[in-house]
Amino acid sequence: MSATVISVRNISKMYRLGVFGGGTFRRDLAQKLGMKTKAAAAGPDADINWALRDVSFDVAKGDVLGIVGKNGAGKSTLLKIMSRVTAPTSGEIRVKGKIASLLEVGTGFHPELTGKENVFLNGAILGMSRSEIRKKFDEIVAFAGVEKYIDTPVKRYSSGMYVRLAFAVAAFLDPDILIVDEVLAVGDADFQKKCLGRMKDASRYEGRTVLFVSHHMPSVKTLCNRAVLLKHGHMELDAPVQDVISRYFSKASENKGEISDTDRTANTGIIRMTSLEMLDAADKMVDEVFFRQPMRFRMTCKSDQALKALIDLKVVTPDGMVIAHTLNIDTDPEPYSLEAGTHVIEVNLANNLQPGKYSITAGIHSPDFFTMDYVENVYDFTVLAISAPGEEENRYRVHYGFIAAQATWKRC
Amino acid sequence: MSEVQKPDDTSWDLVIGGREKLFRPEISEIWKYRDLIILLVKRDFVAQYKQTVLGPLWHVLQPLVQTLLYSIFFAGILDVSTEGKPRMLYYLSGIVIWNVFSINLTATASTFTANAGIFGKVYFPRLVIPLSVLVSNFFKFLIQLVLFLGFLAWYLIFTDKDIQPNLILLVIPLLLIITSMMSLGIGLIVSSLTTRYRDIGLFLPFITQVLIYFTPVMLPVSTWGEEWSWVPRWNPMTPIVETFRYGFLGGTGPQTAIDWTGLLYAAAVALVLFFAGTIVFKRKEKDFLDTV
Repeated sequence: MSATVISVRNISKMYRLGVFGGGTFRRDLAQKLGMKTKAAAAGPDADINWALRDVSFDVAKGDVLGIVGKNGAGKSTLLKIMSRVTAPTSGEIRVKGKIASLLEVGTGFHPELTGKENVFLNGAILGMSRSEIRKKFDEIVAFAGVEKYIDTPVKRYSSGMYVRLAFAVAAFLDPDILIVDEVLAVGDADFQKKCLGRMKDASRYEGRTVLFVSHHMPSVKTLCNRAVLLKHGHMELDAPVQDVISRYFSKASENKGEISDTDRTANTGIIRMTSLEMLDAADKMVDEVFFRQPMRFRMTCKSDQALKALIDLKVVTPDGMVIAHTLNIDTDPEPYSLEAGTHVIEVNLANNLQPGKYSITAGIHSPDFFTMDYVENVYDFTVLAISAPGEEENRYRVHYGFIAAQATWKRC
Repeated sequence: MSEVQKPDDTSWDLVIGGREKLFRPEISEIWKYRDLIILLVKRDFVAQYKQTVLGPLWHVLQPLVQTLLYSIFFAGILDVSTEGKPRMLYYLSGIVIWNVFSINLTATASTFTANAGIFGKVYFPRLVIPLSVLVSNFFKFLIQLVLFLGFLAWYLIFTDKDIQPNLILLVIPLLLIITSMMSLGIGLIVSSLTTRYRDIGLFLPFITQVLIYFTPVMLPVSTWGEEWSWVPRWNPMTPIVETFRYGFLGGTGPQTAIDWTGLLYAAAVALVLFFAGTIVFKRKEKDFLDTV
């Protein structure tokens, strides 16, 4: 039982979309004068985006709180508000104690300055006084392991040395509350371990409170005791870390599954796909699969008349490159004969994709390949770097390309 | 969460998102970050001159060349009066004090756009940046002042020109403060506006180039004639430049006394600009990241 040191109350943050660049002044003027512009005519909420909506939680002293969520969930916005880099639209955060945030290491490092000069400058930017830095200087340099080069301009440093020195300054900050972004994804593996260790010590032995923003679940799991899950700017869950992680992975996606007419790139009106979704074993819609976990897609289409159809499914990369293609004639050499009405079709796909983000493009064509319906990037999904529970672990630490090659190695 | 105690409301050290008081907390916060100002000034100097041959001497070169050009074109070809003072001293004194205004203005006007990277990553009182600019420009002023004093000494010792340094020199610190507040005020307003309208930042160098013609740096007010002399008089930098020059050189031509009303006017304008600038800047600093 310990005291609350951070109290986040109903934090909301609104962004206006599309007000940058040309025409800004005219629009501002029109707004001031109460005139109607095209954007205003589209409705008052047309260009408003709530990055955070009514987020509230408390953090107790000594807590290591993970803030997790998908891209666009509002993690970074929350982090920025807590770091006082930008202000919330409404709501309040009350903090007790000295707070320091690390959205980046080495902020303000100047390439022409020596390592020593940069330590002082960066320390001061992070809120340390010169005497404080002087006291810790030797420790910082030793932690970074750059003693020999401390009087060399950092532009001559290797990128590893640079990052180590930058992190070392941050690591010796003395805040009561430390807010850390995924900056730990820097440096070599050994150094990363050292950094994680340093953060753990900070909370365990020095009684500091740590907020850790990440979507790297393994680090969140080792580091945090509690976590909050954000989704679409809303607070989805505030619970012990294990519960949050399981929810994070089980979460159904942004994908709505249904396909509306605006999604189509081509359509003749004879037949249309009405939904496409990826399902797990329990028939729940998912947008993440484990490494090498087979995938199952279910497609619903509605035909106005009896016809013969070739149906295809493409796996595309975020850049739009098609990396896999399958047709229904893979299984049954004859095109499907579809009556007028609704049809449900399932595609099982062995998964030899490398971890990463992909999307599905699908089409319905006549046997002579005249396209009757076509939807592009209609279902986004992610192949995780970790294997399904119970399956053989993915031993790769880096992944190249899109296809996880299936090879057998032998020493002869 | 239920086992967490609620501390009483007075014990919070920081409230984010609440209504903030404008001036007093800011001053004490900046004071806490005074070491950062010093280090930023140091960075400015070190970084600027690394791998240059002349180093800080560059600050001497610019006013020298400018003085030379004015001597040739304005005093020489166009035969513009320097009010009975040596061209060298007349122009150089004007340029040295004008530079305080123009350099501060240009440098503080890019506060938000030039520091968006740092501002997006770390919190510190944003005013620290323009203040460090003022401090480092003060050193540049000192370098140029030393140059000017060198020439002044030379003229005093080796010529018998009509030069009378006088007690008005005592108000020079005040002139510097007024000039700095004025340029900082405009700089802060411009930097706040450039987060939305970049054009203003691009427009600024042009403005200062035009403004110098309305300041008696190379065109004394007397050249405007009776009828038009109100034009440069509207410019609050005019009494500043005149007084600065008067202190070192003594009464110049038609002007034999200090224009105290003009100085008061300049001080008033400076105060208004300074407070307006600070308020606009403080408002903008909270969410400029969303638009920059």
